[in-house]
Amino acid sequence: MAYTKRFDGRKFDETRDIKAEVGIIPNADGSAMFAFGDTVAVAAVYGPKIMHPQHSQDPKKGTLRVTYDMLSFSVPERKKPGPSRRSQEISKVTEWALSPVVNLDEFPNTVVDVHIMIFQANASTRCAGINAAAIALAHAGVPMSDLVSSVSVGKMDETIVVDVIKEEEDYEEGEGATDIATAFTSNSGKLTLLQLDGKISPKKLDEAVEKARDACKKIYELQKKTLKEAKE
Amino acid sequence: MSEEREKVIPGEILETGEDWLPGEGTRRDGKNIVASRFGLKEIQNRLVKIIPLSGVYIPRRGNLVIGVVTDINFSGWNMDINAPYTSFLPLAECPRFFNKEDLAEYFDIGDMVVCKVKAVKRKGVDLSLKSIGLGKIEDGMIVYINSNKVPRVIGKEGSMIKIIKDATKCDIVVGQNGVVWIKGKTAENEMLAKETILFITGKSYLSGLTEKVQEFLSKKFGEKK
Repeated sequence: MAYTKRFDGRKFDETRDIKAEVGIIPNADGSAMFAFGDTVAVAAVYGPKIMHPQHSQDPKKGTLRVTYDMLSFSVPERKKPGPSRRSQEISKVTEWALSPVVNLDEFPNTVVDVHIMIFQANASTRCAGINAAAIALAHAGVPMSDLVSSVSVGKMDETIVVDVIKEEEDYEEGEGATDIATAFTSNSGKLTLLQLDGKISPKKLDEAVEKARDACKKIYELQKKTLKEAKE
Repeated sequence: MSEEREKVIPGEILETGEDWLPGEGTRRDGKNIVASRFGLKEIQNRLVKIIPLSGVYIPRRGNLVIGVVTDINFSGWNMDINAPYTSFLPLAECPRFFNKEDLAEYFDIGDMVVCKVKAVKRKGVDLSLKSIGLGKIEDGMIVYINSNKVPRVIGKEGSMIKIIKDATKCDIVVGQNGVVWIKGKTAENEMLAKETILFITGKSYLSGLTEKVQEFLSKKFGEKK
């Protein structure tokens, strides 16, 4: 049976309820929360500050350093705390997704630390993390050429859906599930993250990326609104 | 000040056309002037610039700052001024005679020193003591505030800080790096000055802040009597 109706009754190109908040961590230079329904990510930005250890300093420009992790209570089965193969990978791809818009030329030998914590997970955590981190970086006053918005798209059997949830990730009928994480720069619309887990034809992939681009526009509007309404 | 300034976000188009000039925090992209950081948009004649609301302190030449001594070496002191650069106060920039044998006698690690930014170079910041009112802090109280709010605490040509100084009879030095030194006759006066400064930083987005601060101070004095 083809995938004709989504598990939570959404339209195929509809994201879950998105929520965002800025300035939630008083001690950080910038902070933000972003949620896709019950996937909740919190990002904190510290710096620019002098990079330690000294041998990691780059005398040409500042460095962006992202740490992503899921809290142990964020998933039904307790997650063992501490870095893992998965969290290291997501830290790195988030860094790559954000670094094209962050401009640290004026801060040689420094580092901007971005810490992303997943408080509650129901798929699309890396996308929620990137969205939160983009708002937090802007809030911290880091020079940026643009914002980044991120969303996941999936292919359930032959249907393209936006903002995948855990149940959909595990969908096994027909061609099965394909999960694609994407991130776009907001105004120039450039792709900064594209990860794919599953099987998809090149033509379908183009269609999926276009769907993601449209969804990101809505996410950008929320990010913009949140920053503009931020209390100082 | 009466006019509300608009909050802008990175990547937002501020103005369109060849007539505008990009100022601090903005860049030109084809016909448009685009924001490259988060802050308030300000237009001065043809110049479009962004007043930062957040972010770390960026030292500028001539800034008065309050720093902490982090290390001592044979030619001066390494300082921490809350900036993303290393800063150094050389012995040669001190106006009086110092015995080179024991620099810790003058400023020891952890001491707070009022100094001036002499130069901002690629490798770091050079500080100086060659001006009046600079030197080690011996007593009083230190308050840390957001360095982006320092202009509001000082006010136009020092109007705001003068109100606080007159009302609380305290000596107040506001470092551009967001470190404030308050020294008064009694601890009570110092606490009052601190409260007023925190009141300003908490309400810095309001217009007509001067009147509100005066109100706040007179209310505080009313409570005392």
